Amino acid sequence: MADVTVPLMEVRGLVREYGGRRVVSIDSLDLHAGELLALVGPNGAGKSTLLRLLNFLEPPSSGEILWKGTPVGWPPPLELRRKITTVFQDPLLLHTTVRENVGYGLRLRGVIDPHRIDEALARFELTVLARAPARGLSGGEAQRVALARALILGPELLLLDEPTANLDPYAAGRLEAIIRTVRAERSTTLVLVSQDLFQARRLADRVGLLLAGRVVEIAERDAFFTRPADPRTAAFLKGEFISGAA
Amino acid sequence: MDWGPFGEIVSRTLAVSGAALGLSAVLGIPSGATLALARFPGRRLLVLAIYTGMGLPPVAVGLAVYLTLSRTGPLGTLGWLFTPTAMILAQTVIALPLVCGLTMAAIEAVDPRLRQQIRSLGARPRQEIEALLWESRPGVAAALIAGMGGILSEVGAAMLVGGNIDGRTRVLSTAIVLVTRQGQFALALALGGALIGLTGLVTAALLRLQRRPGTWPT
Repeated sequence: MADVTVPLMEVRGLVREYGGRRVVSIDSLDLHAGELLALVGPNGAGKSTLLRLLNFLEPPSSGEILWKGTPVGWPPPLELRRKITTVFQDPLLLHTTVRENVGYGLRLRGVIDPHRIDEALARFELTVLARAPARGLSGGEAQRVALARALILGPELLLLDEPTANLDPYAAGRLEAIIRTVRAERSTTLVLVSQDLFQARRLADRVGLLLAGRVVEIAERDAFFTRPADPRTAAFLKGEFISGAA
Repeated sequence: MDWGPFGEIVSRTLAVSGAALGLSAVLGIPSGATLALARFPGRRLLVLAIYTGMGLPPVAVGLAVYLTLSRTGPLGTLGWLFTPTAMILAQTVIALPLVCGLTMAAIEAVDPRLRQQIRSLGARPRQEIEALLWESRPGVAAALIAGMGGILSEVGAAMLVGGNIDGRTRVLSTAIVLVTRQGQFALALALGGALIGLTGLVTAALLRLQRRPGTWPT
């Protein structure tokens, strides 16, 4: 039986530099199984870079990531990579039909399961669009396809990089409703990067502020918004100008 | 030359240029993809060589292949000179940089974030390359069309290494030169029409791949 006290993922001394410029520098960050951690912060704070590191899309300059207590080397094993996936701000759909986009991850795994794809299409209200070219969808529809394509894989860790940033409030609300439903039904752990503090407050269990590539503060949602421990968090919540860049 | 071997010349042209294009595709598409995606020492030099190769005069390629395959050349013992094999080799040398260089450019034009998305969905490196090739297929089809245009229309290399031998190495482009010199303009026009028709047919087939809206190849 799994040790419930071990975080799903632990970040220790994680640094990412580009050309000598330090973009991410995280001393310590734990992700607990089943939680939704929202990471907020201004542009250039390193949020998206951190997500790419957590998804093993690029190697850290130094430091390590532990998965269920075990350090992960580079390159990470394929089996582990396939337990984590990201939905980006832009849906980044493939130049094919909606149905084939939704089933793409299964195809990569050699899984032929049309029934599972049908279910996902129905669940995300995409059945009528199944044969449509994915590149012709509206922003909200495309992002639903991206989310369906990720969730059909049953990831243990789902990373959401500002998934509603380009959507109107109605489409964003639909996507949030789907995220809530998924959380109610599955044990998927989620990390949500968002500029939208209201969204973080609506969805997250814990919220963290990133500034200049560093975690300023991570706290339970209510504590983060009502009793921030760090003056920079208080300033950010008040909408004061804070430079995010490292 | 009379109208008798017309069909034979058309089919030989198709066979020689088809084989050269096929070889260029087999070698050029994977190497173009590798050059687009991988970073290694000497890559820039290789890219420079390929771009230079895209502008090589066919007659210069023909000369190099001729010297290589001639009796005193390094591959003279193969006995390929004045055979369709020599023509295939020369045309492959002409088309390969075009296919490789334009494939590289097509893949480099794909949104780099899409590559991350594909990897994030659990793709193996090979699957990643396949997906990127699929995404850039309009550009890859254009690379093949350019390669085919380069070899179907060239006459210098085919003439030098093939020798325009009746019944053996005569193809549409070399036959056109011959019959024009002989003043057989009706036949020259017919051969020219066949060459244009052949180019059109192959291009139409490649455009089908380029414009296909939807589904994954099975």
